[in-house]
Amino acid sequence: MSETSPAARRPAGELEASVLAALWAADGPLTPAEVQSELGGRLARTTVTTILSRLHDKGAVSRSRAGRGFAYSPIHDSAGLTARRMRSELDKQDDRTTALARFVSELTSEDEQLLRSLLDEADPAGTQGAAGTVDGRHPGSGTTP
Amino acid sequence: MIFAVWLPLVMPLLAVPTARRLAASLPPRAAAWLLAGCAAALAACTAAALGLLTVAGALRLPPVAAFGHLERALPGGDAVVAVPAAPVAGALLACCAFAVARRALRHRAELRAARRAADAHGLAGDLCVLPEAAPDAYALPGRPGRVVVTAGMLRALPPAEREALFAHERAHLAGRHHLFLLAAELAAVCHPLLRELRSPLAYALERWADESAAARVGDRQVTARAIGRAALAARTHAAAPRPSAAPAATTGPVPRRVAALLGSDRAADRPRGRSLPGGRRLIAAALLACVTFSAAGAVDAAADLHQTVETAQGEQPGR
Repeated sequence: MSETSPAARRPAGELEASVLAALWAADGPLTPAEVQSELGGRLARTTVTTILSRLHDKGAVSRSRAGRGFAYSPIHDSAGLTARRMRSELDKQDDRTTALARFVSELTSEDEQLLRSLLDEADPAGTQGAAGTVDGRHPGSGTTP
Repeated sequence: MIFAVWLPLVMPLLAVPTARRLAASLPPRAAAWLLAGCAAALAACTAAALGLLTVAGALRLPPVAAFGHLERALPGGDAVVAVPAAPVAGALLACCAFAVARRALRHRAELRAARRAADAHGLAGDLCVLPEAAPDAYALPGRPGRVVVTAGMLRALPPAEREALFAHERAHLAGRHHLFLLAAELAAVCHPLLRELRSPLAYALERWADESAAARVGDRQVTARAIGRAALAARTHAAAPRPSAAPAATTGPVPRRVAALLGSDRAADRPRGRSLPGGRRLIAAALLACVTFSAAGAVDAAADLHQTVETAQGEQPGR
């Protein structure tokens, strides 16, 4: 009900997920303070620090000295290779719709245009325009493929 | 019997469009239950009808009749229809059983492969990040369920929208949406007309998860943007646009989902038939009638066959 701190009531697993996602989304290692601000300040710094060290204990992230504290980054593990092979195996199945509900589904060209106009209308200020971030992350992809 | 038994086989012709129409005017959760339930019920009736046709035909053959302790083979009054129909029905039934088993096994194999891929990476809570540039995200059912996301997807979304994405996937997991999809998939194997129920069901499930995510995040706009941005990111990353399963004449599912979240009064979800409140009830009644006829056809045929067999076994009918 209250707007104050929805984060505080969330299960620990979800908080861990959010923190790990922030590390993956970043370009380099992040300090707890940076993770906190990346998450919009919804979590207390101590909470973030605790979660980060827990993730480190589990082996999900690596850390390096940065000033008086640590900077954390996700582990690009060697197991990734195996996983990728399994994934491509998975991709070979002609359709995965049976097993997995995908977040991303196919877009036609008309869909894309419509979607962009819908999102532009929803966000007229253009602070984080729908096209902006996407194209910013993938330079040159703004033009029609 | 000879008429009733055909009823479940042809009824999807009417029931499928009716169910699609009704689902379009229902909220996502109800629509998902309706579509999956219809698919399962109609498929079960189809299988029952095929089974009955097979048995009825087989009992007209003296060796089978003897095996069933019948004093004589069933009378061949309608043998012209039943005898040629029986082998066909039997073959179809066998095909169905084979295809259903194969599909179910494949489903399990797919989930296993996906789970192995996810297991190779560290988990944080329920999240598994795949170190890949292509934006992708899905809910991986199991105990416990997992949210699998690629690094590319995480980089494409700002923090608030990442939360919306996670909430969406968690809604899939919590609602056990993969079972709905599986039910529809297996039903479609039993009767080709039931294939038409799969895409509206998939859409209803996505909408259901979208609405849960919006409620969870507390912001419909953020949720809508997350969906839109994720779809655009996936498209710009793909070398070539993926082949669309259904070449949508008007709009594909993603813009409709976004519009439904942004639109006032969720106008996008109710394209038509909403203006008449009685209309929906009428459609619901029609659908109920279709499914009831289908089930009644199967039951009637079964009762009829049972009686015929008892008569042939030398028992007095009506006792």
